[in-house]
Amino acid sequence: MSQSTSSPAAKGDRSRLVAGILIALSLVLLSIGSYIGLFVAPPEFYMGDVQRIMYIHVPTAWNGMLALTFAMVMAVAFLVTRNWKYDTLLEAGIEVGVVFSFLLCVQGSLWAKPTWGVWWDWDPRLTTVAVMLFAFLGVLALRHFVEDPVRRAAWSAVATIVSFADVPIVYFSVRWWNSLHQLQTSPKMMDKAMARPLHINALAVMALAAAFIILRAKLAETRLRDQLAPPLPEANPSPIALAGAPEPATGGKA
Amino acid sequence: MQLFAALHKDLLLSWRTRAQASAVFAFGAAALLLLSFAAGPDAEALRHNAGGFLWVALLFASVLSLSASFQVEYEQRAMEGLLLLPASPRALYYGKAIANWLQLTVLGAMLVPVMVVLFDAGTWRVFPLLGVIALGAAGISAPGTLYAAMAAQLRAQQVLLPLLLLPLLVPVLLACVKATSLLVMGDPMNQLGSWMLLLVAFNAIFWPLGGLLFGVVAEE
Repeated sequence: MSQSTSSPAAKGDRSRLVAGILIALSLVLLSIGSYIGLFVAPPEFYMGDVQRIMYIHVPTAWNGMLALTFAMVMAVAFLVTRNWKYDTLLEAGIEVGVVFSFLLCVQGSLWAKPTWGVWWDWDPRLTTVAVMLFAFLGVLALRHFVEDPVRRAAWSAVATIVSFADVPIVYFSVRWWNSLHQLQTSPKMMDKAMARPLHINALAVMALAAAFIILRAKLAETRLRDQLAPPLPEANPSPIALAGAPEPATGGKA
Repeated sequence: MQLFAALHKDLLLSWRTRAQASAVFAFGAAALLLLSFAAGPDAEALRHNAGGFLWVALLFASVLSLSASFQVEYEQRAMEGLLLLPASPRALYYGKAIANWLQLTVLGAMLVPVMVVLFDAGTWRVFPLLGVIALGAAGISAPGTLYAAMAAQLRAQQVLLPLLLLPLLVPVLLACVKATSLLVMGDPMNQLGSWMLLLVAFNAIFWPLGGLLFGVVAEE
């Protein structure tokens, strides 16, 4: 919905192609990385094989945060430029971020049960992810309940910025409140044999997230196009039909 | 000047709808009573959790109070008139947010005697306690006013406002519960200051952010 007024179908095909390539790349990388992580890398000294969930857990965490950060940047970009492209990317980024945060909680619980003996622990990172999950679910609910696309875009951008600003405060407050998580894992502390599959999988999940965002933004764009300029009997839509929309559907920056 | 005019309008509005405020207080007190059933009749446990009960009750009551504060503006389309005035939306926001802050502070202060009676959780450190309530109420009011302005214009406001607001207020809740408990149960490690600091930091982020973003919410 950006600059070109060329046929949206061609553009849709192109983004579908890019997403397809990214997904294929991700599947290849994911199978290589997971193979190394599961069969080649040494088991961890204390936790044994349970630790191998790290090869998917940490990439999910990094990319979930990345998707939500991306959504925040898109929110600011929308408020500054009022370009609809950023609204569709915002929707896609939040949805991918929410799904990844949910997966993160599930993976964390699966790991915590054999390691700590409990499903859930009030550790700062775990709790922060849970709070973020609900905060951004709220943003998605807001998008669902606002029918006017102009309002929906502006308000969800506002809610995204506010929720994102909260993340560091939540983290520090929970950290002061209670803590027993193991030290933050950084690849530098790790043996090469463990870091390599982690990096490969991180790239793979990033490609997967990017593909999801591209496809989801495309879907959002199709819906938005429909809402902003509903198909009318005539070729030129009347001004009344466009009331509430600040720009025509094919327009670029406002 | 615009700010004072807006604040005057909002305080007058709160005063004239004071029946509503007392209903919210009654709800808060009822919530305190109900929350004590969740912990059982063990007096020591009740006293231990009194701070948590107070803040959960205040948080739920504040959702009612915040959503009412914007509902009146949209009922007779008064908000449209306000936005047509040559006044900045920022002044409207801060007027509303300060009025909400004062109202929530009074509400919190009124719930304290209920807490003292129900849970035997008294303290003579009245001014630090009032400080915690004032800072906590400010933390609720800044993002709460922003989100209430959105929610008041939607059909699903009853569920949307708490869904958006409550996860956001986790740091405020944590800090206020800890600080109140420290005041009630004693503070041997002298930790009260760091929780107050967290509240100050939360307010320092969300008061400017609210003013910055309110224009987008009000004008769309």
